[in-house]
Amino acid sequence: MDSSSSSSAAGLGSVDPQLQHFIEVETQKQRFQQLVHQMTELCWEKCMDKPGPKLDSRAEACFVNCVERFIDRSQFILNRLEQTQKSKPVFSESLSD
Amino acid sequence: MEGSFGSDFAGSGGGKLDPGLIMEQVKVQIAVANAQELLQRMTDKCFRKCIGKPGGSLDNSEQKCIAMCMDRYMDAWNTVSRAYNSRLQRERANM
Repeated sequence: MDSSSSSSAAGLGSVDPQLQHFIEVETQKQRFQQLVHQMTELCWEKCMDKPGPKLDSRAEACFVNCVERFIDRSQFILNRLEQTQKSKPVFSESLSD
Repeated sequence: MEGSFGSDFAGSGGGKLDPGLIMEQVKVQIAVANAQELLQRMTDKCFRKCIGKPGGSLDNSEQKCIAMCMDRYMDAWNTVSRAYNSRLQRERANM
């Protein structure tokens, strides 16, 4: 985009800070939602036997534990990957940047 | 190209983007996408749970099962959302 056209298309070249903030917040929220979708699907398989007239407390506790373990697992994998990277870097260039 | 992109959002605004309008539209699109995501996963899960051998029609017990399954899936979604949120809060407090 050259400078003469940018004046007619104001707001396209420069980013509106309010809009940028909005996009950041929404992206964050969407990541949350996406993970909720993913975990619900996974935990459903583990915790739900036959859908009854209400979500019983056992199933509910199972879902909560399932979420906790899912996140533990993510963190464990991340930590372990970090550890192995330190001792034996496999992707040294791509991760050190 | 940029002109048409602008006019799509701002209409008669002469190519000027209205951030408020964009935000509104993005919000609507996100809501639609989330509803579709939920619907797709829920349909898949409840089909597996409730339809044993697909017969000539959706029989009464299958309909009941699906209705219940959908409600439970949404309960599960909310439970997961709450659990994840409280975990995030705890992690943040520990930082």
